[in-house]
Amino acid sequence: MKTLKDVPVGGSATVAKLHGEGALRRHLMDMGLIKGTPVSVRKVAPLGDPIELTVRGYELSIRKEEAANVEVL
Amino acid sequence: MASRINVALAGNPNCGKTTLFNRITGQNGYVGNWPGVTVEKKEAPLSSDKDVRITDLPGIYSLSPYSPEERVSRDYLMSGEPDVVVDIVDATNLERNLYLTLQVIETGVPVVVALNMADLVEKSGDKIDTAKLSRELGAPVVMISALKGTGVDELFRVVRAEAAKAGAAPAHRFDAAIESVLGDLEALLPSSVPQAKRRYFAVKLFERDEIARGSLSLAAKNAEAAEKLIAACEADCDDDAESIITGERYALIAHIMDACVKKAPARMSTSEKIDRIVTNRILGLPIFLVIMFGVYFLATSSGAFGTAGTDWVNDNLFGEGFELFGMAFPSVPDAVSGWLTAAGASPLVSSLVIDGIVAGVGAVLGFIPQMVVLFVLLSFLEDCGYMARVAFVMDRVFRRFGLSGKSFIPMLVSTGCGVPGVLATKTIENEKDRRMTVMTTTFIPCGAKLPIIALLMGALAGSADAPWISPLFYFLGVVAVIVSGIMLKKTKLFAGRPTPFVMELPNYHFPAIRSWVLHVWERVSAYIKKAFTIIFASTVVVWFLSNFGTASWEGGNGAFGFLPAMAGVPEEFTDYSVLAMLGSAIAWIFAPLGFDTWQATAMSITGLVAKENVVATASSLLHIADGTEADPELWHAFAAMFPTMGATAAFGAFNLLCAPCFAAMGTIRAQMNSGKWTAIAIGYECAFAWVVGLMINQFYLLSQGVVSIWTIVAIVFAALMLFQLFRPMPKGAFEDEPTVAAAAA
Repeated sequence: MKTLKDVPVGGSATVAKLHGEGALRRHLMDMGLIKGTPVSVRKVAPLGDPIELTVRGYELSIRKEEAANVEVL
Repeated sequence: MASRINVALAGNPNCGKTTLFNRITGQNGYVGNWPGVTVEKKEAPLSSDKDVRITDLPGIYSLSPYSPEERVSRDYLMSGEPDVVVDIVDATNLERNLYLTLQVIETGVPVVVALNMADLVEKSGDKIDTAKLSRELGAPVVMISALKGTGVDELFRVVRAEAAKAGAAPAHRFDAAIESVLGDLEALLPSSVPQAKRRYFAVKLFERDEIARGSLSLAAKNAEAAEKLIAACEADCDDDAESIITGERYALIAHIMDACVKKAPARMSTSEKIDRIVTNRILGLPIFLVIMFGVYFLATSSGAFGTAGTDWVNDNLFGEGFELFGMAFPSVPDAVSGWLTAAGASPLVSSLVIDGIVAGVGAVLGFIPQMVVLFVLLSFLEDCGYMARVAFVMDRVFRRFGLSGKSFIPMLVSTGCGVPGVLATKTIENEKDRRMTVMTTTFIPCGAKLPIIALLMGALAGSADAPWISPLFYFLGVVAVIVSGIMLKKTKLFAGRPTPFVMELPNYHFPAIRSWVLHVWERVSAYIKKAFTIIFASTVVVWFLSNFGTASWEGGNGAFGFLPAMAGVPEEFTDYSVLAMLGSAIAWIFAPLGFDTWQATAMSITGLVAKENVVATASSLLHIADGTEADPELWHAFAAMFPTMGATAAFGAFNLLCAPCFAAMGTIRAQMNSGKWTAIAIGYECAFAWVVGLMINQFYLLSQGVVSIWTIVAIVFAALMLFQLFRPMPKGAFEDEPTVAAAAA
């Protein structure tokens, strides 16, 4: 399973499915990460985590741990 | 018709909601908490019309049941209290903002959409067709600029018109297949649910929102039928109900965006250009360190702006007097004492006013110039969007001890004053993180603790140039935060999954001068208020404690009263004061820490009132007239109070780490919104400070070959702390708390 965590900096992907449950999953959905959404990985923080994404025209920062819950194509 | 109108402001974080609230209310409202949670509630009348009452909802992205902010928002919207909701939409980020708009419209309360920052959109070349947007949403849309104040009058004209209308079910529709299920669910709702709210509850039922379902008291038969409908739809769509609804909302938004927005070809924005450098993988950390160094250099280093102001206040305004345009002005204490003499005040009153109030409040006011410079800079960094990047850069460090990058901002503010520092925790979304940050942020030495550090430096090193000692105590504060974070995270109180860090990085923008000034004022005024209320009252208490007592000296008559006015009073009358009695009575608590003299205890008591008092108390109890932290005479007298250097350091550690001043404790109480949590926070801080002091003193003694029962106690404490620090996360700690289910029950 390829997740958002595996997308290299500068790369793009499309969200296939959100794993996990409860508050975190819903929060990621509310922020616009749902099936079919194109996402690009902009950069990674100086200490290696979190990462910065562009989704729906804005910048979103999430930890790699959370990115691992986002399955991508 | 002048009936009252209740207007709720809703919107995403960073959409300009606070700017609009401040602009339309003039900021003279009520600030408190929503019941039962640590979420701030702001209410104020509209400045132009007192009959319009504005309630500022927290900045949220959705109306899900998962966060306290979202729960209070939807509870308020569903309560029937608001007549109209103004939904503020950041036009530069329309797609994501409309996601909340759709949900707000679904609550069935009349909505007016305020399209903020529309001017920026036009500058970028994009075109938004507001008339079409209004039709698509089924709600009026008004273009405004909260920053410049344009469109605000028009907004409230529309709000008044909408307030006259009854609420209605939303007009927007999802995919036909989903609509048919939602229709069936609506039919299952009890007839007591009004027409305008049926759609909202049908959607919530579909999402399996436990809280909304719990409030419905659905018949068992209907609940079962609903569950069947939802399960069938989930099977059809091969997805779960929550995802289906979210997908439908975003699909609808995509449709609306297509119809109403004409995008200009994308260019690299200034914000992106700045970010390429500022959060650069290699340059990010050095840039951050340089900026922080710059901030503190400007605010606190000698000769810089802030310190120059503070020195002027201390030396001239409250010291020797000053000259302005060739005219000599007396200092405040001199002037006040002149007036008092002229008015024929009694020595009791003069002493209260000069030694109590003027000295106490003066000690606090002296910090204001430094504080202003610090907060001007920090608030700028926050308002322009850089602090979100700091959280991004620092998160990796903070998560290791159970906090997130967002906890860093309150800690930076706390280096100035703990009161606004604790207030700054309100930007942390997660309640556990927020509580933990409130509990630990005052370990960071604030401005008022610096003189204590300077005094310790003199006492320990015997000179003012021991530059390694002062960073040592800062380091102690930082270590205290880290150690506490790791230890507390493994207790029942804070156990749980590490809070996710999902944070929007807002676009950089130059803050509006007006809101920047307001932000600085909010923080400085929190400090000034502290000076004139709590510190004012407590300096009177300290003055009473140190000036009243019994005449128990040799030849004294044993009467209780105002010591300086008694016959035959020795010059060192504080030795007979209530403070001395109180200090002696509880000095035993500090015996294991090595400082059981009543003076040292009394200094800790006055420090609890306000850290600004400690050095002044030392000077008065040690009978060194006008002793300051830079006075070698005071250093020696201070050092002589303690049997060993270890005890001196233990005193320092205790006073720097224990519960902050009364003002900060009051702020903790307000922020925690719970007596229990306040007690936990302050109890923990004091206990932690005592244990650290104990360890410092006992391990110092041990290194000198002195062993006692307390050595063993200190070793036990050290072992317990190491155990708590290094043991793995206890089992079961990762099970999410059933907060949603509990709240529904």
